[in-house]
Amino acid sequence: MVLAGPNGSGKSSLLRVLAGLTPPEAGKLTWNGADITEDRGEHHRRLHFVGHSDALKPVLSVGEMVGFWAGMHGQTVDIHAILGKFGLEKAVKLPCRYLSAGQKRRLALLRLISSPAPLWLLDEPLTSLDTEATEQLLAAIAAHRAEGGSIVLSTHAPVELPGAVRLSLADFRPARLVIEA
Amino acid sequence: MSPFLRLVGRDLRLALRQGGDAAMVVGFFVLTVVLFPFGVGPEPELLQRIAAGIVWVTALLAALLSLERLFQSDYEDGSLEVMALLPLPLEAQVLAKCLAHWLVTGLPLTLTAPLLGLLLHLDTAGYPALIASMAIGTPILSLLGAVGAALTLGARKGGVLLSLLVLPLYIPVLIFGVAAIEAEIGGFGARPHLLLLAAFLVLAVGMVPFAAAAALRQALE
Amino acid sequence: MLRLANPNRFMQWSGKLLPWCAIATVILLGVGTYMALFVAPPDYQQGESVRIMYIHVPSAMMSTFVYAVMAVSSAVALIWRHPVADIAARESAPLGAGFTLLCLVTGSLWGKPMWGAWWVWDARLTSELVLFFLYLGYIALVNAFDEPTRGARAGAILALVGVINLPIIKFSVDWWNTLHQPESIFRLGGPTIAPSMLWPLLIMVLGFAAFFVTLLLLRMRSALMAAKLRAIRLQQIEAA
Repeated sequence: MVLAGPNGSGKSSLLRVLAGLTPPEAGKLTWNGADITEDRGEHHRRLHFVGHSDALKPVLSVGEMVGFWAGMHGQTVDIHAILGKFGLEKAVKLPCRYLSAGQKRRLALLRLISSPAPLWLLDEPLTSLDTEATEQLLAAIAAHRAEGGSIVLSTHAPVELPGAVRLSLADFRPARLVIEA
Repeated sequence: MSPFLRLVGRDLRLALRQGGDAAMVVGFFVLTVVLFPFGVGPEPELLQRIAAGIVWVTALLAALLSLERLFQSDYEDGSLEVMALLPLPLEAQVLAKCLAHWLVTGLPLTLTAPLLGLLLHLDTAGYPALIASMAIGTPILSLLGAVGAALTLGARKGGVLLSLLVLPLYIPVLIFGVAAIEAEIGGFGARPHLLLLAAFLVLAVGMVPFAAAAALRQALE
Repeated sequence: MLRLANPNRFMQWSGKLLPWCAIATVILLGVGTYMALFVAPPDYQQGESVRIMYIHVPSAMMSTFVYAVMAVSSAVALIWRHPVADIAARESAPLGAGFTLLCLVTGSLWGKPMWGAWWVWDARLTSELVLFFLYLGYIALVNAFDEPTRGARAGAILALVGVINLPIIKFSVDWWNTLHQPESIFRLGGPTIAPSMLWPLLIMVLGFAAFFVTLLLLRMRSALMAAKLRAIRLQQIEAA
């Protein structure tokens, strides 16, 4: 599913609600009929969220970063193989502070394939990616969909994903909080 | 390796690479204690009388130093967002981060304290109680501090605010920590005070993760 | 509109209640002050200065009571996300801090003739002082965020942490006090009290409570009105 719409239309907010970071103002979020707030751990096990920031530590190396996030998901991974998928295998020992913006973005997106989760929530994943990296990401997305995974991604730029549901948020009026307490 | 230990390991590695959190805390601890003889005079009797109090008060202040950054960098670089969505409950991650924080601040403080006792002519009988009370008390400082650090995430003037929030909560630790040492020196035995400290620690381990995790979640909303 | 519904109802009933609270405050505080100053006897030991008690003890009681109000409102605000509870907690804090300060000042004034010093590290006064810092911390935290909802949420968690810690702090301060001081001969607001002093005191306590409720309702109403005003302005900006 592709969330489209201009800045401020609520794409990020919607993704954060789907992830369970922000509680919905009204209504509730369910997965196969079960309220996600009943078992947050279960909801977290089935999702990957890549937000605006890359969640990288400047002093940790690229390899350590991938190993850490995979490990936090309980996975031991072949770091070289994973890095190879986004063309970062040569940077394995490099501290993250030396990476360019695009490389950081790629490293952040590597969290997606370093441990399995059926639901990917991607907030503007294409920002600062070059053509090659965009293709690598689209390939990863296609592979994930082929395995039966679901993806919700937001973008302000047009992106072609064959067979994807496209939801434009441009026409929704932003709801305003009447009382700030 | 379990995710819990992995997080502890990461925080230790970060502390090590970013350089000298522990060294700075210990440096502050020693330097501030050394100021006291200049302030009150070098008479051994006077210093001996107030040694336990000085060491403990200074330890509280030193523990505060690095608290502000406990969650700050994770918050700023987006790691916290990802951590909040991990299968490992945020509450457990808070505990892991507190453990790492204690290892780089509380533990070095505990190990340095006897040396400072020496400088202040602390009665020989007080050393075991000093080490024991610091060993039990400093983890409480890290835990209570974590609540303050989580609450002040993204606040204006976070650091000063953090001290204002956390220092009043530290008072019981200070009271029982000092009382343990003085009771031991007075010949009454430090045991009851240490047990009270330990009870406080157990309570903190049980409650802090929930309060701090709730604070972190609302900071991420 | 869902969010407006409850605050609206609050505005209705609080508007009706407010005058009655104000009248009760004036009567209770008036009668209480008269009794405290002219009816109650001077103490055989402390003389006329015992009359400070009629301010000191009620403000001490209110200082903890208001914290309890804050903690309960905070719990309601956190669990049910009730906006009125948020406002109640936030608007209580300065009042609680005020009562605590009043308690400290009167304690100091009362202590001067009794102890011969403006400040003595008496267990109760020391606990009040720590409570005052807790209030200040809460107020500072609530106002430390650019986004008011974050401040309210963080404050609510702090109030709950504080209410768990208060008994521990109180206990440790009492413990510390008995370690360092022989049992003092004179204690503020001693355990036994003559009925001729008890009645004025009781009326003053009720008067303080009514005063608190009046001020709290006033503050909450003005906070809600200010929020509504902001909302209307925003709507006008959008409409334009």
